[in-house]
Amino acid sequence: MSRGNSAIAVVALAIAAFLVVFLIVPIGTVIHTAFADGQGGYTFAHFVAFNEISLMRESFANSLFVAGMTVALASLIAVPLAYLTMRFEFRGALLIQTLGVLPLVMPAFVGAAAMQLLFGRSGSVNLLLNDTFGITLPLMSGLNGVVFVETLHYFPFILLNLSAALANIDSSMEEAAQNLGAHGWRLFRKVVFPLALPGYLAGASLVFIKVFDDLGTPLVLNVTNMLAPQAYLRVTSIGLEDPIGYVVCVILVLFSVAAMAGAWWFVRRRDYALVSRGGTRAPVRRLTAWQAALAYGWIGGVLLLVLSPHLGLLLMSLFKVWSFSVLPEHFTFDHYFTVFDDSARMIWNTFLYCGLAALVDVALGTAIAYIVLRTTLPGRQLLDHFVTVALAMPGLVLGIGYLRTFRGVELPGGEALTASWVIFVLAYAIRRLPYALRSCMAALTQVHPALEEAAQNLGAGRWRTVRRVVIPLMTGGILAGFVTSFITAAAEISETMLLTSRESLAPMSYGIYLYFQSIAGRGPGAALGVIAVVLVALGTYLSHRLVAANAQHRQGARE
Amino acid sequence: MNPVGLDIRNVALSFGDTPVLRDIELSVVPGEFFALLGPSGSGKSTLLRLIAGFNRHQRGEVLIGGRDVTGIPPWERNVGMVFQNYALWPHMTVAQNVAFGLEERRLAGADIRNKVAAVLELVGLADYATRRPGQLSGGQQQRVAIARTLAIEPQVLLLDEPLSNLDARLRVQTRKELVRLQRRLGITTIFVTHDQEEALTTCHRVAVMDQGVIQQVGAPMELFDHPVNRFVAQFVGTANLFSGTVRGEGGALRFASPQLGDIVLPAGLAAREGTGDLTFRPHAVRIGADDAPGLRLEGRVESAEFLGEFLRYELRVGESVIVADVPHARGRAPLELGSSVPLSVPTSEIRWVGSEP
Ligand SMILES: Nc1ncnc2c1ncn2[C@@H]1O[C@H](COP(=O)(O)OP(=O)(O)O)[C@@H](O)[C@H]1O
Ligand SMILES: [Mg+2]
Repeated sequence: MSRGNSAIAVVALAIAAFLVVFLIVPIGTVIHTAFADGQGGYTFAHFVAFNEISLMRESFANSLFVAGMTVALASLIAVPLAYLTMRFEFRGALLIQTLGVLPLVMPAFVGAAAMQLLFGRSGSVNLLLNDTFGITLPLMSGLNGVVFVETLHYFPFILLNLSAALANIDSSMEEAAQNLGAHGWRLFRKVVFPLALPGYLAGASLVFIKVFDDLGTPLVLNVTNMLAPQAYLRVTSIGLEDPIGYVVCVILVLFSVAAMAGAWWFVRRRDYALVSRGGTRAPVRRLTAWQAALAYGWIGGVLLLVLSPHLGLLLMSLFKVWSFSVLPEHFTFDHYFTVFDDSARMIWNTFLYCGLAALVDVALGTAIAYIVLRTTLPGRQLLDHFVTVALAMPGLVLGIGYLRTFRGVELPGGEALTASWVIFVLAYAIRRLPYALRSCMAALTQVHPALEEAAQNLGAGRWRTVRRVVIPLMTGGILAGFVTSFITAAAEISETMLLTSRESLAPMSYGIYLYFQSIAGRGPGAALGVIAVVLVALGTYLSHRLVAANAQHRQGARE
Repeated sequence: MNPVGLDIRNVALSFGDTPVLRDIELSVVPGEFFALLGPSGSGKSTLLRLIAGFNRHQRGEVLIGGRDVTGIPPWERNVGMVFQNYALWPHMTVAQNVAFGLEERRLAGADIRNKVAAVLELVGLADYATRRPGQLSGGQQQRVAIARTLAIEPQVLLLDEPLSNLDARLRVQTRKELVRLQRRLGITTIFVTHDQEEALTTCHRVAVMDQGVIQQVGAPMELFDHPVNRFVAQFVGTANLFSGTVRGEGGALRFASPQLGDIVLPAGLAAREGTGDLTFRPHAVRIGADDAPGLRLEGRVESAEFLGEFLRYELRVGESVIVADVPHARGRAPLELGSSVPLSVPTSEIRWVGSEP
């Protein structure tokens, strides 16, 4: 027993050391650099300098504006969608919930290029508007474009969180309000929405953070006067010594942490446990004919918008030219051939980095879940807290932290760590670890401790119990964690842009970004984007199948 | 406000193909404290929700104060419902919860404040106005739920198992407060419960429900003394029940049942020829020799439970077991297990429940 415990302590320490070296130290380095005066002391001078540069002040205001506007517009789409599908008899509710997730399977910036062609100054929509009404809408110009792209990309975060919260409200909560005279909009405003607020805030804060930190979308749309692009440009053009880049990083971290902590604090303050005590779901109501017409029309419009980047991307990848015309011309498969010739290496890189990172994640996730849930090791919660830190860390910040912390560090072969493929695996593994860990924790929570005790009672030691009972029973959750880590890492762009030191190291996401830099590259870039979306969709489907099959298997074992 | 009556006529309701309420006929008089009593799943909540407007019946009509409310949505009914889980909103304080219905009725701010204060005073929670529901005990939460409903001065008050979430001691006390409150306000009230003690102790009249059908309506004592069928006899109180056939023979009535065999019924018992149930309460069984006219049997003591006020014996008679409650007197020893004792049940305590022809 004590031998088992000390072995677990060694494993826990090794994991803690890994997290400290590759998560805590790089972030600490970034923060330290932002405050260091160069003589071993600390100073606010860099922040004062930041504040004196008008471009920085403007960037700061722009980033806040874009993130705030995106949250507002995304709420406008997501809140009615969630309410309609959760509370009314509605054909196609499942379709909407599924389609709503679709935007998540590719990086936001991939849709941006397609949306330029559809909604840009000389895009399809404005060409049509100009021909018929003689007007154009500046949908994609400057910050508008960023807000537009990010809204369509990230509103599902609010939709999913809010839908889950709505599903959890006991029906009596709403019926009591109706019984006392409330209905319609007042019922929603005074009772339903406040009760679902925790879910809404969880989604909204996530959207805020993601947009505030996003690097790819502004750059593809040629918007550089925002914080994340400024940090990137300072570090890549002026160099790793420039303190202003680090000041921007500290601001990004502060806002991320504040948004997450704010949402958490707000929900904590009130006793929402009361909400879902009884456990009966709210009944679905029937829409009147008028309401139905309005709802279906509105939802049709939203779906068209949401799917437009995907459709646009597909068209871009399949046609030769598409500019100054409503629809593209000259069908071709050439772009796909180009991609296969040029970019096989990038596809391979994505599989290598993301596969290894996901492996590291599920290994660490399983170990941490076991240590936290099944042992009495002192301080074990610290591992969980470390991983939560990774959730709040912008990729840009971690990327800069890696470059700064590990410069000069060499791998055994003499290659610099920051110039090798290993750095991608580490960066992806660290940032996607929270997803894998959540999955593993959920899986282990479902394994009843009695099953382990039975094995130990029959003479299996701790390790053999883990290997023969715990891990087999966790398989579904581990696989789901692997796939989630893999696909979200494949869609990562901020860290990727910073860490790609030469083209041969670039994964697919960076490849798409590179293609989009030139007009001629749009076709192949779109083709690569379509391939990425298909791969990710396949992966997601596969993981659902695996999890379902595993659940069935366990169901069978119980009977 | 003058109390109003409630009439339910010939109501039927089903969820999909499952009938849940059948031929419901009820008439609740103004100011009455009326109970719906039945086992879980018998359709009590469904009937209550129908009155509140959350369920729709397929047949019949529901009249409140003589007005047919079919098709009127819940928010226009002015029928106050207290939910089983209280359904207090955690994002509002106690005062905000109570003020909700008044705000929906667009009352002036000062009126709302006065009414909230008055109704919180009524339930004894004047000092808790600024608390949140999560900071209250179960009993206090329940009183907030009642106050929130009373604030709108509903025509009818509906209580769905209001005591079921309280612990046993609090339940008795709250029950008494509820009765006092109802008597004081004189509001027409329907009280749903599966606990016969709650129904019998609080209400003017009780409707016993089973499988979506009202089995019997009557005052508590009437139900207990004159159950109209086997279900009511068993559900209200404890009953010894024997199914069998009564036939006349030479001026006397004989009762034949698989459990008791063929016995002569005492003269003067109100029974008709035919099949049915013979029933009497455990406390009506007398143990020992007795000359009073009645049923006479011989039983063997199978078990004895000491319940404080009385001893509950199970006595084997033929193929069946009779339950007998004997008041306990200080120092009296229980009967020995296995011993045989004469039993008697006075004629006036025996009831013959004939089956429907
Ligand atoms: N919304 C519903 N849909 C389908 N069946 C229901 C619904 N509500 C209640 N029932 C069914 O109707 C029957 C009566 O339920 P209920 O009125 O809640 O019983 P009680 O309150 O007496 O315990 C039960 O069998 C229950 O399953
Ligand atoms: Mg009920």
